[in-house]
Amino acid sequence: MADVIQLRNVSKTFGEVRALHDVNFEVHSNEIVGLLGDNGAGKSTLTKIITGYHQPDPGGELYWKGEKIEHLSVQKARDLGIEVVYQERALADKQSLWRNIFLGREMSNKWGVLDIAGMKSETRKLMQTVMGFTSSAITADSMVRTFSGGERQGVAITRALYFEAELVLLDEPTMGLSLTETKKCLDFVNEIKNTGKSAIFIDHNIFHVYPVADRIVVLDRGTIAGQFMKNELTLQELIDRLYLVAQTGSLAEKGEAR
Amino acid sequence: MSSTEQAARPLSQTAQRGPLARFARTYSLQIGIVIVAIVIWLLFLAGSPQTFLSRNIYAAFMSSTPYFALMAIPLTLVVITGEIDLSFPSVMAFGMTAFDIVFTATGSVALGFIACLLAGMLAGYLNGVLVTKIGIPSLVATIGTQFFWRGAVMVITNGQGLGMGAVQKTILYPGLVYRIGGFVPMQFIWTIIFAVVVWFFLNRHKFGAHVFLTGDNVESAKLMGVNVGRTKTLTFVIVGLAAAFAGFVVSEDLLFFWPTMGDGYMLNTLASVFLGGTSVFGGMGTVFGTFVACFIIGAINAGIVAAGMTGFWTNLIYGFIIVVSVSLQTIMGKRLR
Repeated sequence: MADVIQLRNVSKTFGEVRALHDVNFEVHSNEIVGLLGDNGAGKSTLTKIITGYHQPDPGGELYWKGEKIEHLSVQKARDLGIEVVYQERALADKQSLWRNIFLGREMSNKWGVLDIAGMKSETRKLMQTVMGFTSSAITADSMVRTFSGGERQGVAITRALYFEAELVLLDEPTMGLSLTETKKCLDFVNEIKNTGKSAIFIDHNIFHVYPVADRIVVLDRGTIAGQFMKNELTLQELIDRLYLVAQTGSLAEKGEAR
Repeated sequence: MSSTEQAARPLSQTAQRGPLARFARTYSLQIGIVIVAIVIWLLFLAGSPQTFLSRNIYAAFMSSTPYFALMAIPLTLVVITGEIDLSFPSVMAFGMTAFDIVFTATGSVALGFIACLLAGMLAGYLNGVLVTKIGIPSLVATIGTQFFWRGAVMVITNGQGLGMGAVQKTILYPGLVYRIGGFVPMQFIWTIIFAVVVWFFLNRHKFGAHVFLTGDNVESAKLMGVNVGRTKTLTFVIVGLAAAFAGFVVSEDLLFFWPTMGDGYMLNTLASVFLGGTSVFGGMGTVFGTFVACFIIGAINAGIVAAGMTGFWTNLIYGFIIVVSVSLQTIMGKRLR
């Protein structure tokens, strides 16, 4: 299987703090990778390096489909097809739904004049098809701060879908969602798999990650403590091993995985 | 989870309302400010019909309100990004000082005018650098540059003014301050042009979309690849340019440049932006609101004089307007959440 993205010897230091330490990480084509780890394990830092928000320390290398990427920026990452579904903080509360869908990537002519009619009609189409917003109370002009948690997550997810990402990063997408909303979110992850795209699913909650992931990577204190294919072990074994990580900092028993 | 349930309720209520209610909801800020304007106008009309039924008071509005409206309109952009600029009164005089230097050296009004606008943009750019590159809160940074530029003006001019008679012979004079039909001053036309252009860039251009996004959720803006620093800096540059332009218009209209020029414009300009409904927290605001609010502020000034009250009252009332409109925004903002 070819790699969509590959990180080689990536470290990230913030002042005195080393958030990531020589991380080697890759996502294969059409693979869902579950990224687990406690608070401060380096999950967000790793995410932000892949999305071009942070630059890795010198020596770290990024490859996109086998080609080396120098100085990845947020814009460049989006152009490549890397899309992030952040927690709800990624929405602009006081702006309308259509503005949120096209955030930072507005439809415009070459002079930068917005195509408002175009964006609104695309938004309406997405509302009916992808988002499943049936309530007549929500229009393309509705302000997103009146939306529920699930509706907001739907907006963020739809944004990623609409722009046809090759690699979708989901940063704790189920946080604060109700049961049915969580199910909808997990269905979306399965949908990514079915359409042949790849995803990185970052979460605390192994009960959400385990069912949808092909491979599970465990981060601990800035290093990859271990990784394994889902079919190698059951959910119960995974839980036992995560306790082991919390205690020893290592996931694998001798001779296994890494 | 409880916040989710609370948020869902008002939505189902709006579903029952018609398109008229939806229009009222979308444009509530604009409708509100127009109602305020009409009420104040009726009050003044009832209180002093002689003054407010005469043509002269409206001619006076149209000539003096643009002095600060020209700055309040672009200042709306800075406030929407979540920043503030308090240096514009000094930048008005700084631009004219640049005019003074270049005009005295070359004798060319045109070169002086260009120097004036460039000086304003430079001052705005400096504010932008202090805020976005160095990271000083704009409130502090622009208080600093306010005193700095005023000081620079005083040092350079040595407190001496400049007669603007030479400008009368150039196209700039009729172009900027001519009274059309002896009634409508050109600066009023320029104010409308400013309002239309700024409105266009705020609401129909990528730049405006990024201005709103930057003020609404700066973290999200960065994550979505918006160049937040450049967007903010550009808004400061526009205010600097507008302040220099306004300084030129004022000096030309009075045919004299006073180095203390701008001192009286701080409060009425800020009051116009906040009364116009632009959120002090950023992310929200309209050019239309600021435009109407400028004329409300102008009318209040005229009303105070017409009512026979001393000029001391103006500061009290402007200060009161700023506090009340910002308080109202805050209370309404909490209710929406």
